[in-house]
Amino acid sequence: MDNKVKMQAKKVDFFYGKNQALKNINLDVYLNRVTAMIGPSGCGKSTFIRLFNRMNELVPHTSLRGRISLDGQDINDPSVDAVDIRRRIGMVFQKPNPFPKSIFENISYGLKVNGIKDKAFIEQKVEDSLKKAVIWDEVKDRLGDSALRLSGGQQQRLCIARCLAVETEVILFDEPCASLDPISTAKIEELILELKKDYSIVIVTHNMQQAARVSDYTGFFLLGELIEFGKTQDIFTAPKDKKTEAYITGRFG
Amino acid sequence: MTYRKAKEKIYKWIFTILAFASLFFLVGIVIVLFKEGTPIFKEVGFLKFILGRHWYPTSNPPDFGIMPLMLGSLWVTLGASMVCVPLGVGSALYLNEIAGFKQRQLLKPVIELLASIPSVVYGFFGLTVVTPFIQKLFGLPTGMTALNASLILGIMATPTVCSISEDALSYVPRSFREASFAVGANRWQTLTQVVIPAAGSGISTGIILGMSRAIGETMTVLMIAGGAAVIPHTFLEPVRPMTAAIAAEMGEAPMGGSHYHALFAIALILFLITFVFNIIAEIISRKFRIKLGLSG
Repeated sequence: MDNKVKMQAKKVDFFYGKNQALKNINLDVYLNRVTAMIGPSGCGKSTFIRLFNRMNELVPHTSLRGRISLDGQDINDPSVDAVDIRRRIGMVFQKPNPFPKSIFENISYGLKVNGIKDKAFIEQKVEDSLKKAVIWDEVKDRLGDSALRLSGGQQQRLCIARCLAVETEVILFDEPCASLDPISTAKIEELILELKKDYSIVIVTHNMQQAARVSDYTGFFLLGELIEFGKTQDIFTAPKDKKTEAYITGRFG
Repeated sequence: MTYRKAKEKIYKWIFTILAFASLFFLVGIVIVLFKEGTPIFKEVGFLKFILGRHWYPTSNPPDFGIMPLMLGSLWVTLGASMVCVPLGVGSALYLNEIAGFKQRQLLKPVIELLASIPSVVYGFFGLTVVTPFIQKLFGLPTGMTALNASLILGIMATPTVCSISEDALSYVPRSFREASFAVGANRWQTLTQVVIPAAGSGISTGIILGMSRAIGETMTVLMIAGGAAVIPHTFLEPVRPMTAAIAAEMGEAPMGGSHYHALFAIALILFLITFVFNIIAEIISRKFRIKLGLSG
């Protein structure tokens, strides 16, 4: 099967103040593939993923060099609206972060802020999104309940549904299972494999087994550099770089 | 018993006593208020005391109706909240959403400094600056009205409202904002639909505590509210809030007489009002902590 480039990072440098957090990163995210980013804490993988939906803009005193594109269009171009980019590129965070609102409102919020008012359409969209995120059966009888009453794993699937509702094209997962138990983790992983049929997925993970299980491509980050990038199978069975090999065999990290 | 064990016991006792001292004072004050306040209800009747429209404690026979005083307190408190809510909440939003780090570091302590100005200074300021201004502006016989008392009390309560609201806003986890931005909301939508609702009960707590500060304030209203124990019809009339009545009349009320007991009864009612305010504030802020998933 051919791989179509969905997003692309070219010669990306990123700075927190004067500290360089990312050095010359080149990486492609393919359509309908899962791209994993692994590496020890502080290696820059979370910082990198947050560049894909311009989330780091919200952090003061940061600067970016290089180009990040979505379907060939530079997402940081002055003519591009960050709001539009963030709608097209959804994000699921490390800690489930539903709004302190009802389950229904958590999903409809994204539609409403994007100007959709049609009630029937919103209701349908909420149902579809919850179904796609495989949480519909668990919440369909209590859509009016506070989302904070759900378990951690349910909250995370709700957050995924929240992304799906706004017809996102790419979903960024920033260590989505870091605070979940193994069963919830398995459900999220299953869901990711299902979602890649319709979306392009980027996942940052601490858990190498997880990267091996869900991803098609893997990038290994170390101290702000992308050490190696390639098919997940190759990275895990025949890494080209010694540092990658040392990391995946558990010699450090 | 060894020396060390005895020492430990003594420490424990000292701190227990210190901790319970404020409770002791509270109970003591409440007992005194009830003991000295309730005799007037036997003389006048509770409802007549509360609903009576005339306060002439020194005429013969005296009238002990505190409605004008309660309305005086109510008017200046409502007026003050019209000043302190927009000022306090507005500056909290500015500090939290717009001001940069350095500006916030400078501005928040400055606003909080407003709270440390003694109330007599506020009264003095009101008397010499605001009162003549209002008198001239509206062409009134006297500038000492509910309006300028409201203005000054509002400014006095602003730091309370601002400080608590700002805390509430900053407790809203960053993850809520990020989640909102991540689905394509802009800053305004995030602020009005996620941040403010999440901080809402914290902000209301601030407003209630600000109002309870306004209703309990004495020196300022004594100096600038005009002191007329008459039911007010507009903000441009002088009023005599409950606190001002107590402070002004305590010296001239013969100890143990009806007037004396009536003033205690006013204090008792004032205490109950602020007590209720504080309870409401506590309940709301507890709800707020639970809502944000902080400890309950």
